[in-house]
Amino acid sequence: MKIQVNGAWREVSSAELAGALADLGYGEAVVSTALNGEFVAVQARSATPLTDGDRLEVLAPMQGG
Amino acid sequence: MLELYGTTLRSQLLLGSARYPSPAILREAVRAAGAEVVTVSLRRESGGERAGQGFWGLIRELGVRVLPNTAGCHSVKEAVTTAHMAREVFGTPWIKLEVIGEDDTLQPDVFGLTEAARLLAAEGFQVFPYTTEDLVVAERLLEAGCRVLMPWGAPIGSGRGLNNLYGLRALRAHFPRVPLVIDAGLGLPSHAAQALELGFDAVLINTAIAQARDPVQMAGAFAQAVAAGAAARAAGPIEARDFATPSTPVIGTAFRG
Repeated sequence: MKIQVNGAWREVSSAELAGALADLGYGEAVVSTALNGEFVAVQARSATPLTDGDRLEVLAPMQGG
Repeated sequence: MLELYGTTLRSQLLLGSARYPSPAILREAVRAAGAEVVTVSLRRESGGERAGQGFWGLIRELGVRVLPNTAGCHSVKEAVTTAHMAREVFGTPWIKLEVIGEDDTLQPDVFGLTEAARLLAAEGFQVFPYTTEDLVVAERLLEAGCRVLMPWGAPIGSGRGLNNLYGLRALRAHFPRVPLVIDAGLGLPSHAAQALELGFDAVLINTAIAQARDPVQMAGAFAQAVAAGAAARAAGPIEARDFATPSTPVIGTAFRG
């Protein structure tokens, strides 16, 4: 299915969030996720289904003021 | 000494981590500043590049306490979601809450800020709201559950110093026991010293250090200024007055009478 990852359309094969992150190459990276504007905790990822057209944000630590 | 949400800190200089010429210079600046708290943020991460992972490694190596921000958020919803994401990644209930209302000045949207602060405090976050010097807003933020306030000195990155001295003095006088951290707009160590002299508990500096020609030297200069300002405050500064008073005793002055 096609979902938007950080604003860009990407093809993922997994139907749940944890699998999709692995598909997208995040592996063991320290990231936090929000699906369609709602925070999804690490432990909830594998039980979070994805549907075509979902908007996924994957954020990581970055410099900030 | 500075106490923020029950955490006692020796340094009254908080440091932002953005806009340094290199990670190595950031590391040296943190050390030169003696900073114990460093602000951090969250940004989109690519599965291929993973830029954030290296930065997170650097911050952990420094052994400082992190204060994640919600920079760039323009709505309550964005700020609250970002705060949740930050709490998970950084493993801290601290959140520097920014809800931006205007892009030219990066002025906080104090209405959204208060609403977001209320939601987050109710969920156990320890909120550091980036606000203005407005007394009524400050009162609302305290009612919302904030135990620290971070008023701006001037617009973020502007380097203008304490823009509204009267308003900031009033804020300090009005909330004598609330930790107040000047968050933005300071450009020089003298601005930081002035903030501490006025009784503010700490300053948060980013651009003034990161964008200096020599950020490490400037970090040290700010540390000295903060220490001087705090010492001056503790020593009890004299009041300014309109007319001269002789500092040399006038009794026994020669050639008089």
